[in-house]
Amino acid sequence: MKRPSFSFLTPVLTPVRVAYASLPFSVRRWTMPILLVLFFVVALLSPSFINLYWQQVLIYVGINIILTASLNLVNGYMGEFSVGHAGFMAVGAYVASILTVWVFPRWGLEAYIAYLFPIALLVGGLAAGLTGLVIAFPSFRTRGDYLAIVTLAWNMIVKSVLENIDAIGGPRGFMGMQKLTSVAWVYVWVVFTIYLLRNLVYSNFGRGTLSIREDEIASSLVSVDTRKVKITVFVVAAFFAGIAGGLFAHIIQFINPRSFSILKSTDVLVMVYLGGISSLGGSILGATVYTVLLELLRPLQVWRWVVGPLLLVLLMIFRPRGIMGMQEWPFLIPREERAERVAALMERIRGRREAFAATAPVGGSSD
Amino acid sequence: MPILRIRGLTHYFGGLRAVHDFHLDLEPGELVGIIGPNGAGKTTVFNLITGVYRPTEGEIFFNGHNLVGKRPDQIVSLGIARTFQTIRLFKELTVLDNVRIAHFARTRYGVMSAMFRLPQYVREEAEIRERALELLDLMGLLEQANWVASSLPYGLQRRLEIARALATEPRLLLLDEPAAGMNPGEIADLMELIQWIRRRFDLTILLIEHQMRVVMGICERIKVLDFGETIAEGTPAEIQSNPRVIEAYLGEEAIA
Repeated sequence: MKRPSFSFLTPVLTPVRVAYASLPFSVRRWTMPILLVLFFVVALLSPSFINLYWQQVLIYVGINIILTASLNLVNGYMGEFSVGHAGFMAVGAYVASILTVWVFPRWGLEAYIAYLFPIALLVGGLAAGLTGLVIAFPSFRTRGDYLAIVTLAWNMIVKSVLENIDAIGGPRGFMGMQKLTSVAWVYVWVVFTIYLLRNLVYSNFGRGTLSIREDEIASSLVSVDTRKVKITVFVVAAFFAGIAGGLFAHIIQFINPRSFSILKSTDVLVMVYLGGISSLGGSILGATVYTVLLELLRPLQVWRWVVGPLLLVLLMIFRPRGIMGMQEWPFLIPREERAERVAALMERIRGRREAFAATAPVGGSSD
Repeated sequence: MPILRIRGLTHYFGGLRAVHDFHLDLEPGELVGIIGPNGAGKTTVFNLITGVYRPTEGEIFFNGHNLVGKRPDQIVSLGIARTFQTIRLFKELTVLDNVRIAHFARTRYGVMSAMFRLPQYVREEAEIRERALELLDLMGLLEQANWVASSLPYGLQRRLEIARALATEPRLLLLDEPAAGMNPGEIADLMELIQWIRRRFDLTILLIEHQMRVVMGICERIKVLDFGETIAEGTPAEIQSNPRVIEAYLGEEAIA
């Protein structure tokens, strides 16, 4: 995939890039780990120097990054149109909340709740993944508009089922969660999510996913088990939506079925298409820009809810691929996939060929 | 024993009979051509063999496996690969990725292995990368490995499609009008290439083609279809003098 170009930044970035490139590789290879640790420390210390409001915004940014990156897998990389992401988020939110509010205290584990929080999130994610599996089977018998309708129905079903189970509060919602989500925790989950998704995207499954978007028939005719890929991708996306739901529930400490309506799904769609399809870097960018934008637009009150859908319509018309569509930030590309590594491998293969000769006839007129 | 055995293959699209009672025995290593006017059912035969359509009637056996009812990806992993009449590359992906995707069925690592970069994933990915680049080198596409597929010139796109098919390690290769849209120079190169890959990869090849120069030049045996029916079969010389073939191609008056 290509690298993004922010040409207006070139005068600033070029000297930095040149200086960076002159560092020995043994130093450069530690850049990412060091930066990650540094940011983690900042996140840990953030409560002491960032006010509560901006802490909350940062947490929402993180949650939205997880939601956006996971939906990008289905809508961007695979080129399908799933509109029910909030449904999976709801499953994760309710399951994780039930665990921390009812189950863990009943087992006498209340004192350890902060340590058990990741387990609650994982169980919430798994539950969401499981529902993803159930939805995936009927959904992928259809394509395009039909998949959108199935996932839309799924979102509405989740909402009305939750509204009708009185034990978990029905339409009144569910509360009693402790504020377990912190900037540092969200940060850890974001890094974890992006790392896992990146690995998936640069594997055979990721390439299979992209090939389904490009041409599904051709994909199956070069041996891609399209059904397996679709279901896998859908379940993985649902899992991370569930994680995001759990994090969300433990920051606002009160969830009700309305929090996971089609409006929420629309928000995620906007972030995916704003940031750019088939780009994890784009998802990070899209989620950040959109979340912060909505916060800055608070003075507009109700009118700011017009921004999302309007932005979605405009994006689909004028910039259907988003800011970073099909491009990736270099640091999100695995080392062995980077151009210089591939070039080195190509050089080796070229050398070996000269030793053995015998390639296909090329002919002078083939281009 | 034939590598591919087709008996009584018939396919209807609604009321339209696209292929009727098609028979074919392909011996290992043969290069056989299928010709016929537009709409004769040639591509439908390919789609039936590769599982894109399920035949209304008939049997297809490949190396003793019954192909009827199998999914395309299962058929490909049994050893049948194909190219398309209109190029169907993954246009926005790189040349290298186009070839790597074709390794899908032979990859053993699972999703978890990929997501956590377990040793099996790392090892197999390194293998795939190297083998894909070797194949590209062999096909003369190594320099373009990092290009986006759609940026290749037309002739090289055709070549990449063949490379992608070869990456699935087929025993039988189905080529659907590989010379379509090529100039005479390119066609000469293509003929040379087809014969070269047949020897190099020890392939059996079934070829659909309109360019008589290609069919007559490289095929050992030819089948002629018209309106779904097989109207002639034989060596290039036999086909060229067959009155029914001339009639189908040139119209009745031509021989009257």
